[in-house]
Amino acid sequence: MGVGSFFTSKLDEAIGWARKYSIFQYPFVTACCGMEYMATACSHYDVDRFGAGLPRFSPRQADVLFVVGTISHKMAPVLKRVYDQMTEPKWVVAFGVCTCTGGFYDNYATVQGIDTIIPVDVYIPGCPPRPESVIDGLMKLQDKIAAQTQRF
Amino acid sequence: MDGARILELVQARFGRAVVETHARHGDHTAVVDRAALPEVLRHCRDEPGLAFDVLMDLTAVDYLKYPGREDGPRFEVVYHLYSIAENHRLRLKVRVDEDDAVVPTAVGLWPIANWLEREVWDMFGVRFDGHPDLRRLLMYEEFSGHPLRKDYPVSRRQPLIGPRI
Amino acid sequence: MAETTTRREIMLGEGSGTGTGQSLTVGVGPAHPAMHGIIRILADLEGEVIRKADVEIGYLHRAFEKDCEVGGWNNAIPYTDRLNYVSPLINNFAYASAVEKLLGIEVTERCRYVRTIMAEISRLCDHLTCVGAASMELGAFTVFLYMIKAREYLWELVEDVTGARLTISYGRVGGVRADLPDGFADKMRRAFKDVREVLAEVHRLLTGNRIFIDRMVGVGVLSRAETIGYGITGPLLRAAGVGYDVRRAQPHWAYDRVEFEVPTQTAGDNYARYLVRMAEMEQSMRIAEQALATIPGGPVNVDFEGRPIDPAAYVDQGKQGRTEGLLLVPITLSPNLQGQNRRVYERVNAPDKRVLLPSKETAYGSIEGLMNHFMLIMEGFGIRPPAGEAYFATEGANGELGFYVVSDGGDRPYRVRCRPPCLMPMAALHRMIEGEMIADLIPTFGSVNMIGGELDR
Repeated sequence: MGVGSFFTSKLDEAIGWARKYSIFQYPFVTACCGMEYMATACSHYDVDRFGAGLPRFSPRQADVLFVVGTISHKMAPVLKRVYDQMTEPKWVVAFGVCTCTGGFYDNYATVQGIDTIIPVDVYIPGCPPRPESVIDGLMKLQDKIAAQTQRF
Repeated sequence: MDGARILELVQARFGRAVVETHARHGDHTAVVDRAALPEVLRHCRDEPGLAFDVLMDLTAVDYLKYPGREDGPRFEVVYHLYSIAENHRLRLKVRVDEDDAVVPTAVGLWPIANWLEREVWDMFGVRFDGHPDLRRLLMYEEFSGHPLRKDYPVSRRQPLIGPRI
Repeated sequence: MAETTTRREIMLGEGSGTGTGQSLTVGVGPAHPAMHGIIRILADLEGEVIRKADVEIGYLHRAFEKDCEVGGWNNAIPYTDRLNYVSPLINNFAYASAVEKLLGIEVTERCRYVRTIMAEISRLCDHLTCVGAASMELGAFTVFLYMIKAREYLWELVEDVTGARLTISYGRVGGVRADLPDGFADKMRRAFKDVREVLAEVHRLLTGNRIFIDRMVGVGVLSRAETIGYGITGPLLRAAGVGYDVRRAQPHWAYDRVEFEVPTQTAGDNYARYLVRMAEMEQSMRIAEQALATIPGGPVNVDFEGRPIDPAAYVDQGKQGRTEGLLLVPITLSPNLQGQNRRVYERVNAPDKRVLLPSKETAYGSIEGLMNHFMLIMEGFGIRPPAGEAYFATEGANGELGFYVVSDGGDRPYRVRCRPPCLMPMAALHRMIEGEMIADLIPTFGSVNMIGGELDR
């Protein structure tokens, strides 16, 4: 359209770059996937080199909700509440197959995928996913963050 | 103490309240009458030679679909007892019918029975007479039904929020 | 609890109870920053002191016991992995042993040793995670990083043997999935050397640390009588002075053939539990090393005589029915997971056709093997223990882990009950924290080592 849109798209890219390399995660850890989450966050696989190393334990201060581990129906309202308390821009990562589809827990207690409750941006399947998968998912999330229209 | 001796002592003390005993697979088991249960448990805990100071586990089994026992008492509440001093074990069982699924509580003897009995109530619907606070332990209060019963289908979900799938 | 100590008076001003008389209810959880899982503790506070606490669990109830009834006996193994997910091997083997007790079969000698070694490695992983996470919550983040690093070395070892890091599904009714791989002894030696270095570092960082001692000593005390009354076993019971360890009291697998100590303390507080866990880690390594040194069948040393045959060609031949002499031909497959060397497979699995899948060579190379495989896999067939019940207990990382299995003679379990060792301390948690300050809740909860998968099943 003109010079104006060049500047806004460059600004979008700049903000996207800043947002993708400063991910403050809220690790909503429930189950076994939490062990692989810890392994990914620690020295061996180190998620800090992606800028995502500082978890914020308050939903108000976090931007990515990592839902790690099985969500039961008793926990679902809590998850929804935490998601609602997060401020925009926010993204959700479904970590582990229990959050993607319920995993092999097709029973009376388990939510069959958290996307029935909250919108999900990246799905990382695996039971539990290897840290390499987690980093792959994180990088896809970073691409997504960088590519979207930035609102501020 | 030898398991067979434990069963002998319990049977000698309680006579007909002990309905049957067995020692299959090395686990010495006694089935007792519900009315005598509190006394039997207290005796097992306090009697010097038995000294069952630990209630290892308290659970229940639903015999609704068990071949050969569909017409008998539906629930069997199982107590696993252990003695640290004597290093011996005992399993006690109580059979109750579906329409009269009440068992006297063991909370006064072992404090852990509080939560274990709550779990049995939650999963099977067996009430415990005298329990101070019998509410669900693992499921949420809005859940209706007792999931570990054989007639509760494994994937009948009762979501609090979200779609009913 | 009724008397305020000098320390409290200093910290609270004129002593607790002289405030406005209003109490504040703080809900800790269920979305809790401590990476322990999901628990809700409703604490009624008066000032900083917890007057009454109500612990609510069940947020991770995943219907383990109901799901076990849906498939065959071996189908329950992946569900048992996810019970105590930091030491999954112990759960696998305990469940398998309970079913073996019901069936009345004995596993091979080598299998006992393999189970012992892998169970001790799993126990190490659990204690590392517990002490690491508990220290992280007190602010000692370095300790957490070091211990997770040590755990990674062990997970590499576990991955070598079982194929996965965490949810390994390695145990089977009648044996284990596959034997220890080549070179395991060297890898384990190296991994243990690294773990010992980490433990020495952590000792230097924590055991004499003023802040750590102040926060852990005298906090979360549970008396010996109460510990027993609540059915608590494991490190918490041993920290209260009772030397009960299922490995000593009812020796199973190879625990009666190795020498180890059962460390105990007397204080019954968080610091005692920490010391017990640190000592137990050293003992676990000792047990695993002794078991590996004396394991029967020697080191896994597969030597192939005769001509090796390409596995694809072998299978083709079997499928075409040209099976003469096929059982005699050795195949160069990986002895660990991709197929079996029959000798190696038979070393760790009980010779019971009703229960164990035949080795791949037998299944592909002979009609009897194929039929045996069919009879175990297809629905309606499978492992059929006689009707009855059995209880088997082992020493899990948190205490006595028991499995009570009931069979109706069919191919599916009628009832599988897991006796969760961490339910008991959680039931007693309110006793441990009432009268303590709200900040003391954190190290107490950390030292209880609650694992959500096991607590809520």
